[in-house]
Amino acid sequence: MNFSGYLLLFLLMGLVTFVPRWLPLLYLSHKHLPQWLTDWLSFIPVAILSSLLAPILLADTTTRSLNITKPELLIALSTLLFALKTKSLGGTVFVGMILHWLLGIFF
Amino acid sequence: MAAAWPICLGYFPVGLALGVLANQAGLPWWAVALMSILVFAGSAQFICVVLLASGATIWSIVTTTLVVNLRHALMSSALAIYLQKTNRWFLTFFAYGITDESFALNMARFCSGDWDRWRALVVNQLANAVWIFSTVLGTLVGQFIPKGAFGIDYALPGMFICLLVFQLQSRFFILTGILAAFISILWYLLIPGDSYIIGASISAATLSFLIKRYVRRKQ
Repeated sequence: MNFSGYLLLFLLMGLVTFVPRWLPLLYLSHKHLPQWLTDWLSFIPVAILSSLLAPILLADTTTRSLNITKPELLIALSTLLFALKTKSLGGTVFVGMILHWLLGIFF
Repeated sequence: MAAAWPICLGYFPVGLALGVLANQAGLPWWAVALMSILVFAGSAQFICVVLLASGATIWSIVTTTLVVNLRHALMSSALAIYLQKTNRWFLTFFAYGITDESFALNMARFCSGDWDRWRALVVNQLANAVWIFSTVLGTLVGQFIPKGAFGIDYALPGMFICLLVFQLQSRFFILTGILAAFISILWYLLIPGDSYIIGASISAATLSFLIKRYVRRKQ
């Protein structure tokens, strides 16, 4: 593919990526939100984080099958406890990385 | 600025990996730079590289990108609560940088109260800068870096776990997290594609919303 081919492809991809990120923000931030919508939206961050994490921790991503013996799950439980105790983002990321690295070396 | 480091650390290996793959698929470094600047969406860029390598048409790549990135509409809606009455130019610029990671980080900070929109914008832009840099670097030197070095692959999951903990402010949020994990894994196993993120998030949030309402009415 030449330069203009790539440019066209990435411009279109950029457009369909940008519009869903942009329209709700533009529309909802200038409107008085009803209480039920604020209530519902307050559950969205937890729901998204949990939905993103579940397959990473509980499934084999290459074969797309259930796997509850992944080392990632064990590390996740330890990092979860660490996060609950310390409430430190930097510390939790650091501990998770060290555990993942060590487990990768020894197993 | 310090707040953005978990994202930057997490983006770095992912960006490198994308660069390596893109290079193997025959994309020159400037095309990767162009893509990271114009699109800035990790999973869609990975899919694009795979589809380009398999000779897919522009239209199928663009449609897939749209479907994969629709989940950001949900995040954008949730962020709107904290950006009420904000200048439209600011919102336009801010929207460009909404990713799974920047959303999660900014949302947690906004919830805890010690955050403002300018700091949130800095997080978005720093993440974007690291993303562009690491993807381009990946096309140039990526093949020399060993896989899984220093556990860096775990930076993003580690960050997600901690941000999830920050969000658990009442029993209803814990319930949402459990429901979302359960629905997400089922959806992931049964239905191909990436719809599990948006599907499980909406279902879990709606269920929790209804349960909370029911419990409040009974009291």
